[in-house]
Amino acid sequence: MANFPNPHDLKTIPGTEGWERMYPYQYQFVTDDPERKAYEEKTFWFYDGLHYPEPLYPFDTIWDEAWYLALSQYNNRIFQVPPVRGVDHRIINGYVYISPVPVADPKEIEARVPNFMERAGYYYKNWDALEEKWKQKMKNTIDELAALQIPQLPEMEDIRVVTEALGESKGFHLIKAYDDLINLGIRCWQYHFEFLNLGYAAYVFFLDFVQKQFPSIPLQRVTQMISGIDVIMYQSDEELKKLARRAIELGVDQAVTFSQEWSEVEPALKKLAQGQQWLADLDRARDPWFYISTGTGWYHHDRCWNDAMNVPLSGIATYIQKLKQGVSIERPMAQVRAERERITAEYRALIQSEEDRKTFDELLGTAKTVFPYVENHLFYVEHWFHSIFWNKVREVGAILQEHGIIAEVEDVWYLRRDEIKQALWDVVTAWATGVKPRGAKTWPQEVAWRKGVLEKFRQWSAPPAIGTAPEVINEPFTIVLWGVTNKSLADWASVQAVKDPASVSELKGFAGSPGVIEGKARVCKTVDEVRALQEGEILVAPTTSPSWAPAFAKIKACVTDVGGVMSHAAIVCREYGMPAVVGTGHATKIIKTGMTLRVDGSTGAVAIAR
Amino acid sequence: MQRDAAVTAPELCWFQEVNQGAVALVGGKCASLGELINAGVRVPPGFALTTAGFRRFVREGGIAGELARALAGIDHEDLAALEARSRELRALVESTPFSAALEDLIAEHYRRLSLVCCLSATPVAVRSSATAEDLPGASFAGQQDTYLWIRGVDEVLAHVRRCMGSLFTARAIAYRARMGFAHDQVAISVGVQKMANSFAAGVMFTLDPANGDRSVIAIDANFGFGESVVSGEVTPDHFVVNKVSLDIIERTISRKERCYTVDFGAQRARAQDVPFERQTVQSVIDEEVIELAQMGKRIEGHYGRPMDIEWAVDKDLPAGGNIFILQARPETVWASRQRGAPARAATSALDHILHGMLAGRRIG
Repeated sequence: MANFPNPHDLKTIPGTEGWERMYPYQYQFVTDDPERKAYEEKTFWFYDGLHYPEPLYPFDTIWDEAWYLALSQYNNRIFQVPPVRGVDHRIINGYVYISPVPVADPKEIEARVPNFMERAGYYYKNWDALEEKWKQKMKNTIDELAALQIPQLPEMEDIRVVTEALGESKGFHLIKAYDDLINLGIRCWQYHFEFLNLGYAAYVFFLDFVQKQFPSIPLQRVTQMISGIDVIMYQSDEELKKLARRAIELGVDQAVTFSQEWSEVEPALKKLAQGQQWLADLDRARDPWFYISTGTGWYHHDRCWNDAMNVPLSGIATYIQKLKQGVSIERPMAQVRAERERITAEYRALIQSEEDRKTFDELLGTAKTVFPYVENHLFYVEHWFHSIFWNKVREVGAILQEHGIIAEVEDVWYLRRDEIKQALWDVVTAWATGVKPRGAKTWPQEVAWRKGVLEKFRQWSAPPAIGTAPEVINEPFTIVLWGVTNKSLADWASVQAVKDPASVSELKGFAGSPGVIEGKARVCKTVDEVRALQEGEILVAPTTSPSWAPAFAKIKACVTDVGGVMSHAAIVCREYGMPAVVGTGHATKIIKTGMTLRVDGSTGAVAIAR
Repeated sequence: MQRDAAVTAPELCWFQEVNQGAVALVGGKCASLGELINAGVRVPPGFALTTAGFRRFVREGGIAGELARALAGIDHEDLAALEARSRELRALVESTPFSAALEDLIAEHYRRLSLVCCLSATPVAVRSSATAEDLPGASFAGQQDTYLWIRGVDEVLAHVRRCMGSLFTARAIAYRARMGFAHDQVAISVGVQKMANSFAAGVMFTLDPANGDRSVIAIDANFGFGESVVSGEVTPDHFVVNKVSLDIIERTISRKERCYTVDFGAQRARAQDVPFERQTVQSVIDEEVIELAQMGKRIEGHYGRPMDIEWAVDKDLPAGGNIFILQARPETVWASRQRGAPARAATSALDHILHGMLAGRRIG
């Protein structure tokens, strides 16, 4: 067992003293409460690098609070997962550490079993119907969000306030709109976890069963058994392909590809009759399919395609080029499904007993049932909802800027969500009264200081785990999503311990998609950098998401910092039949563009030629 | 044509003329080679002196009485006496000439084998092939003799006799005495097989010997003949191949200090040191590992059970036709260990999920 630091021994980075006020107080490790301190020491906290590759902005902490509540309530208070309560959270230097909380008393575990069977059983049994309801709830929530008005504070209220006897001011409406905005966000995250715990559980224990049957089975083979199921996460990419085909059909492909800047392409198209037709098609695709984030959607700076049109434009251009070369751009779905059936049948035939085969069939069936939700919720929540949400918060930011609380709209992220509420009160009371808000003096200084602190946090290497590691983990998310094992922790820790990144010649990660290939690396830290990709290079990225999809038509292998065998990069590479090593921890820090790599997607090793 | 021991009882036969039903006639090893050839597996050609041939040798050599007398009333616990009697009997068998007719028959088969192999005096491996009633299970595997790189009729005849003598090892005598087998009922067959000039060779299990996982194929390999791997003299290169997707999921390249190759001057096999710079070189290339796994998968499919296989890569033949199977037998360790039945039969997926949750997962 690797040794991890004691949470209370971690030193504050000089110049960041007082950083704790940037986050909710319950997120701190504490020493003034002996009981809490002892609990924190004997607990195993691991860094959630999957969701937080960089330190959290105070406002962005909203999603962490949202899932802290939602995941835990579903596990513990709604479904009564017998051996585990919720997942506890802490923040150190801007990085989130989490820990599943076990139920210690065997009697209590036993008492929770019938509740779990009844409640989880109801969801599994009625999955499809409940999922349909879920989609409706999500759509309603997104509609409400899109319709939400963030009102400006006028010099004088409209006459209608008088003539219609509204009895309410824009000041009150602004406060209320902000509350509504936050509540919509929290509500959306309530739904996010409605099915997810059960989905992952079905998934984990299918994996678990197959691995007991076949101890050496690579995880990627298990995931292949559930591949080829249509999910909407891929629809955005499909829309780009459609638009590429349509551009050629209409004869406007030159106009679409003559520049990489949407600001030049759009006016050019508007001048052509056929171009206007194409733009109309584009507009139909944009809502909702271009509400796909260029990142994971967890950070405010992950802009969606609608806000960064150069990204989808580059994808469309890639597909037009492929089509003109006569290369197929279809996802090889028939092939993927045929391979899925072959692999499933061969493994099934290797199972020795009839009973085990029956269990295999049932668990596989359940895993296939839950799979679309496990994938699709991401589009609804992290992409579609979040993309609109961030922009609504920017509208709030614009009002704060107008009233001098912050210097720029993008400074709004340096305030906690409750601090924004306070600042809005400051603004509306000052606006109503006709005086200057107090925050106009205090907040700009505080924001400047917080920017410096976050910069220092970025330079800090978050240890992969802290506290005391347990022997057994029961929490489905911890297992499947973060792949927490001694080995993965030790691998991450060993690279972290290296002082000189230039001396590392091998990285270990998860074997995401099989095959071995050598080639030149292209490091792309954001999806904008994908435009630089050359045909046949190896993509090295922090993580990939569906908005990166067109890149995969150009590359011959992929290496990521974060993600497991179910991550986007692994799934897409398996479809294209190219090697992938995912979850290496540090690839983008150590590998430089132009280096020669040997990617072994069967063993999970990346060799760097030095 | 498949021969049946009871009907024709030939003294010699080609491997391709027998299958696994012919154990009484040609012993387990040769019967399995015949079975493999008939299943379309690439096996070096060869022939067997059958148990009928062995009996004719005993009859024509006039040694039946002497063998019976020497073995009568032997104490299977008196090790010194067993050893002395064994030496005596093996010397007797080795010094008894074949009749001219039997010798001609063996020589003619050897000539034709050389013709087939397009080599004058083709090098062969001469191996004893025991019959099942004498050697149950695998416990005696490897007890019988194997002689590598034998060339020329006279050498072949001499080593066939030495293999027949291996019927009288001290351990075999003791075992039969203890079990009450009549010594005049036991017989042995000897296989004479074209010897692959192996660049590398080794063993392959169509399951993971470490944990019984049926979804993988485990391959151990070293340079030269497979004997260094079979005997455990070296730590071989180790590969684990996924049986379903046929990709290499584990690859351990060991330091291989010794191997067996041909000494062309002396025309015999000998152990030699692997040059230092080659010791940590991968002994079989990835493509060969995968082709081997494909062959293993096919052999397992033919027998319908996990198999223990010996193989070699011939250095004189081109890629795509250079991998040979030298031996295949059912795997015995995991086969006899009944896989732990599921502790409880899960009645539904939910049931299984619940029990999985309760058990948790070790992070070690």
